[in-house]
Amino acid sequence: MDFELMLRVYPFFLKAALVTIELSVLTALLGLACGALGAAARLSRLSALRWIGAAYVSLIRGTPALIQLFLLYFGGPQIGIQLDAFSAGVIGLGVNIGAYMTETIRGAIVAVDKGQTEAARTLGLSRWQAMRKVVIPQAARLMVRPLGVNINALIKGTALVAPISVIELTYTAQRYIGSTYKPFEMFMISGALYMVIIYVTGHGVAWLDRRVRIA
Amino acid sequence: MTDQKPFVDIRNAQKSYGSLEVLKDISLQVQRGQIVAIIGPSGSGKSTLLRAINDLDPLTGGEVWLEDMQINRKLPHRQYEAHINQVRQDIGMVFQHFNLFPHLSVRGNITLAPRLLKHLSEAEANALAEEQLEKVGMLDRIDYFPSRLSGGQKQRVAIARALAMKPKVMLFDEATSALDPELVDEVNQVMKKLAEEHMTMIIVTHEMGFAESVCDRVLFMDQGVVVEEGPPEVIFRDPQNERTRNFLRKHLEGSNR
Ligand SMILES: Nc1ncnc2c1ncn2[C@@H]1O[C@H](COP(=O)(O)OP(=O)(O)OP(=O)(O)O)[C@@H](O)[C@H]1O
Ligand SMILES: [Mg+2]
Repeated sequence: MDFELMLRVYPFFLKAALVTIELSVLTALLGLACGALGAAARLSRLSALRWIGAAYVSLIRGTPALIQLFLLYFGGPQIGIQLDAFSAGVIGLGVNIGAYMTETIRGAIVAVDKGQTEAARTLGLSRWQAMRKVVIPQAARLMVRPLGVNINALIKGTALVAPISVIELTYTAQRYIGSTYKPFEMFMISGALYMVIIYVTGHGVAWLDRRVRIA
Repeated sequence: MTDQKPFVDIRNAQKSYGSLEVLKDISLQVQRGQIVAIIGPSGSGKSTLLRAINDLDPLTGGEVWLEDMQINRKLPHRQYEAHINQVRQDIGMVFQHFNLFPHLSVRGNITLAPRLLKHLSEAEANALAEEQLEKVGMLDRIDYFPSRLSGGQKQRVAIARALAMKPKVMLFDEATSALDPELVDEVNQVMKKLAEEHMTMIIVTHEMGFAESVCDRVLFMDQGVVVEEGPPEVIFRDPQNERTRNFLRKHLEGSNR
């Protein structure tokens, strides 16, 4: 292994890691927003909203994320959606992971004992008050871990934006392979940096999970 | 007494799940301050009837009235929600499995609804919680979380939570059925105390001894109909109907074993 080369190029990879992190954070936030809206739609009293929520989830989960991303970035301009690569990456990946988060959030909400809603409604709370004050606080505890799994998948999924030339960890590895012809070293650096990001995030999730459990 | 206007009035209640008729034309009048027990075998529709009163399980036919207000009246969805949320504030309910909110302390369980719905200040809500907990003998546990309470303690807190809304009627659905035998009495004592304060109560129970000692009237239900009703000394000592006798005999054998 060419350690000297690795030492020489790794600062560029650190920069790329920052892009991966930025991409992950924005994607996660958009995904959570889509997931919350999706779950609200799936649990709505209105069948039209339930249908829209179900269609969103099955369309996204039924097709490869790469196709969705390409459709948005390359196909978008044809129907008047012009996005730079980074924005297309955030929107494409965020909407994608949002479908998985929809199911995570919905699952946590329906896992809360029905007796909890009944007790709240019996006291006179409205449907929304019961949801906000009784069900969601309990569901939130249940969803930390599974959302952590979604976020883990999302971080690894950011590699999908390399083909649309977002200068993140995977793209950077490919670019340096073009000039150094050392794929092993380059992918090792990228892989190691992904691992650090995922390790730290995983610990963050575990910490949050412990905290909400004690409270 | 009989010509007095009923406080809770159930008229020709019917309830079906698909082709399964769970309540078949049941009527029940409860006077203010009266305590009515509903007994009967499993699946006879006791819970369904009780839960129809606060519209937790809406009836498919018939009417439920509280004083001069029809609880289950036909209204457009939004108006109905506002109406039912208001009505439910006046009807306390206690469940077999307590249904305390595990993410809130005892204090939080009791103050949640009064703060949200009656807009009490924190100080007012705290005073209310203390008053209700004192009544059920749980004041010293005010800052505990439900997970640290015994079943009997949980049920007493659940009763205090319902009482904090100052309800006009209390509904109990097998409030002691999930409790270890040695914890039943502390909950019964609380219910007795409410009886002495002339709270109007409708109690679904499997405890015939308790029903006999606190209730003014007993309803025996079987397969969705009221088979027999009357004062406890008649129902328990001298039941007129064959099905009532069978049920009570089986029940006695079961509890003596
Ligand atoms: N959501 C539902 N869907 C279909 N059938 C139901 C539903 N809820 C209750 N039932 C049926 O209605 C009947 C009456 O049920 P209910 O819970 O009122 O009986 P119960 O007298 O309270 O019995 P238990 O003593 O076991 O609590 C039963 O046959 C039950 O299976
Ligand atoms: Mg029942």
